[in-house]
Amino acid sequence: MIDILNILLLLFLIVCAVGVAYIRDLLSAVILFSSFGLIMAIIWQQLSAPDVAMVEAALGTGVISLLLIAAISKTRRTE
Amino acid sequence: MEDQIARITSRLVVPFIQVYGIYIILHGHLSPGGSFSGGAIFGASLVLVALSFNLEAGSKQIPHNTASILESGGALGYIITGLVAIAMGGYYLSNKAAGFPMGEAGSLFSAGAIFIITIFVGIKVASTIVTLFYYIIEGEK
Repeated sequence: MIDILNILLLLFLIVCAVGVAYIRDLLSAVILFSSFGLIMAIIWQQLSAPDVAMVEAALGTGVISLLLIAAISKTRRTE
Repeated sequence: MEDQIARITSRLVVPFIQVYGIYIILHGHLSPGGSFSGGAIFGASLVLVALSFNLEAGSKQIPHNTASILESGGALGYIITGLVAIAMGGYYLSNKAAGFPMGEAGSLFSAGAIFIITIFVGIKVASTIVTLFYYIIEGEK
């Protein structure tokens, strides 16, 4: 049962990573990247590394997307 | 761009995030997490205030000068804790050998110098994240 959850999480991770590379709108890419970080945090928890999961949830989902959105607001939104 | 939903949600959520961050910093030597995780969570809550209200509300919570002073002070506290260990007769950053009080294992006030160092590093990480955000938003002066 837990294997099915892990496989689903990894599939979603791959979809997010490929989507970030292909999408043209930078704001959508940032949102997709933060969802990549959220899924990655759950996977770290599944790999029994709870402290890495905590850092990933705070930095990879919150702070990095905030900093990238701040950078986009200073520059252009499309590539 | 003031948003009603974002403002009220963040007003409700921010105190809980800050208490959680302080809890993780203080229990760094007992449970998963520690200074870096807790500091990142605490800094993210301060950035959330600046993002959902406006920059003035964010800088009322923690002014820029205070953030830079705390950032340098955290690193300085780390160094001073290491030097205190030398003054008490151990190596740099040595813990039990220098005679820091160990306390009872498993309780909150234990592990001697690690407890002090964790607090300083947590302060440094939190203020670094706030300073990074302000530098990107306002540009270097």
